Amino acid sequence: MPLVKRGTIVADEFIALADDAPAPDKGAVIVSAARFIAEPEVWLGRAAPLGVAWPNDRDVTELVPYLSRLALIALVFPKFRDGRAYTQARLLRERHGYRGQLRATGQVLRDQFLFMQRAGFDAFDVVKASDAEAFAATVARYSVFYAPTGDGRITVFRARLMAAARPAAVAAGRSGS
Amino acid sequence: MYAHDELDRVLVNERVTEFRDQVRRRLSGELTEDEFKSLRLMNGIYLQLHAYMLRIAIPYGTLSSAQMRKLAYVARRFDRGYGHFTTRQNIQFHWHKLADLPDSLAALAEVGLHGIQTSGNCVRNITTDQLAGVAPDEIEDPRIWAELFRQYTTLHPEFSFLPRKFKIAVIATPQDRAAIKIHDIGVALHRNAAGETGFEVMVGGGLGRSPFIAKVINPFVPRRDILSYIEAVLRVYNQYGRRDNLFKARIKILVHELGVAKFTEEVEAEFRQIRGGALALDDEVVADIAARFSYPAYEKLADAPPELARAANDERFSAWRRNSVARHKVPGYAVVTLSLKPTGGTPGDATAAQMETIAGLADRYSFGEIRVAHEQNLVLPHVAQRDLPVLWRALDAAGLATPNVGLISDIISCPGLDYCSLSNARSIPIAQELTRRFADPQLATLIGRLHINISGCINACGHHHIGHIGILGVDKNGEEFYQITLGGRADEGAVLGHLLGPAVPFDQVADVIEDIVETYLDLRQAPDELFVQTVERLGVTPFKERVYATR
Repeated sequence: MPLVKRGTIVADEFIALADDAPAPDKGAVIVSAARFIAEPEVWLGRAAPLGVAWPNDRDVTELVPYLSRLALIALVFPKFRDGRAYTQARLLRERHGYRGQLRATGQVLRDQFLFMQRAGFDAFDVVKASDAEAFAATVARYSVFYAPTGDGRITVFRARLMAAARPAAVAAGRSGS
Repeated sequence: MYAHDELDRVLVNERVTEFRDQVRRRLSGELTEDEFKSLRLMNGIYLQLHAYMLRIAIPYGTLSSAQMRKLAYVARRFDRGYGHFTTRQNIQFHWHKLADLPDSLAALAEVGLHGIQTSGNCVRNITTDQLAGVAPDEIEDPRIWAELFRQYTTLHPEFSFLPRKFKIAVIATPQDRAAIKIHDIGVALHRNAAGETGFEVMVGGGLGRSPFIAKVINPFVPRRDILSYIEAVLRVYNQYGRRDNLFKARIKILVHELGVAKFTEEVEAEFRQIRGGALALDDEVVADIAARFSYPAYEKLADAPPELARAANDERFSAWRRNSVARHKVPGYAVVTLSLKPTGGTPGDATAAQMETIAGLADRYSFGEIRVAHEQNLVLPHVAQRDLPVLWRALDAAGLATPNVGLISDIISCPGLDYCSLSNARSIPIAQELTRRFADPQLATLIGRLHINISGCINACGHHHIGHIGILGVDKNGEEFYQITLGGRADEGAVLGHLLGPAVPFDQVADVIEDIVETYLDLRQAPDELFVQTVERLGVTPFKERVYATR
């Protein structure tokens, strides 16, 4: 599965660790939520970036004490139409201030990329190579956004008010010069 | 009318471009039908028994004459020359070809129309009172709020993959003409003692196989906070709504299983977190949306002009006027309902020629504006009373003046087994037969206000639970049978109907309805006791006894 970051396909520096696999001495790993929550300090004590794979039916507030020390959180879309991880992503980014990598995993297809990006994902485990290659073009499909999220895109509500204010601002600038 | 600006147009066009690419990928085999399904559903496209169906959103039921003409064009060019207006104020075309869908949507986009979120597990078209902006008892125009909700929910990145579909309706009058209590969220605008406006929020209404009337979870959310409050409801639902069983996935089941108190607590806790954030509606944002609605330059006219008095001798005109014409808030004007329920016709259908006639009449007599009512009729909202006789003659010539609005033959019906792959039984032939049985306007007037709703299956698209008489098609060993309910209503006193008794076969339905109506006429205390009031007073037993005595 190709990994997309910053709009392009990149090599994955993390290894997803099976629940019965021993922790390697070094290297970035992604562990399951159950394994991480059982001994968080052990995992965080390793001298390597740590990622946690978090199920979409578990409350993300459990992760809050560790967010600043996590390098990656992988959220899962078990089916295209199961949208719980969009809420988890927004909560992690917008409410809990998580700044590490937020990775979309599972049934990740082209037509969700923009929604995922708007919800705060910045890495995408894409199912199909053709979708991964089309990433940059796909997230540029829309230039107009109504709903505000933490992604910083200007919403239509704001854009209209700014457009309405602009002539006045221009006029004010002119009279000042 | 809401004036779409460049930003609204850009989004609709971007959507068409995206969908054209999705169809291309489907036709080339890059997308499987299963993958394509979720994408087409987000654009209002269903695969039905015979062809693709395209459902077009008509936000809060308001159409311009130009939009109506474009619908006529699409009906002729890409479909079979007619369209079907639905109980959610939308229109659907039942005979599209997959390869034509992008061009059809591109044509509609020229007038700002689209199929975005008219299906799929997302927030659907926002509906409201068809008399919005003209109702005499309105606090303010609810379409301003419906438009704010529409924009906020369009392509929402968090709520486009909810457990199930999600319907929101808004009203701003004490009388509920939008059936808000059978919506996932119903909001009613109120003004409090301090003169501020806010919303009573109801959650968890819906029909289908587990019908519920919505429960009030907050009596007054200030207008500034209403989007935050809706986001809180959607977020709780997106996280906790059931996804293990399609039939238990609507928010009504979550509200029922958690209990209203616990559900409300969850919503309020989320609301406290986000209140005052990016969704807070500053007055200037609301004012900006409100300023995009234009209202007619009404003339100064008096009520009851001489033209009306002169036409009063015409009994056909008077019969039509009695049930098709409603009060307008401006003196000298009236609201005219166009019945899409001709005798023997399909409820809600309009031909391309009728759509063009209506567009022309709207330009001439209603400031170019048309409304879609959830009863599957159309409305000309701004007609000068002096024009009523001449408008009536034009409507009558076009088959749009059946004098049955609000009466027994003004039937709400889903498309049923004639079109729909989910259906168990036919709906349209039942409706057609009933309109023939009750075609006599004098009989219909004698019976008075009576709403019949027909659904071809338990999904309840014809809202049978809240019909004064509800008819539900069921499958019994491969045969079409129909369950009858009595006493349902969808207004501010919304209740679900009560089951009459065992289901009856297809060819007996009309006879049974006649028996029920005769029983009512025998039992009512006075001519002005409505059918639904008689049922409320006596229960279903006397009706049951009469109907099953000979069966």
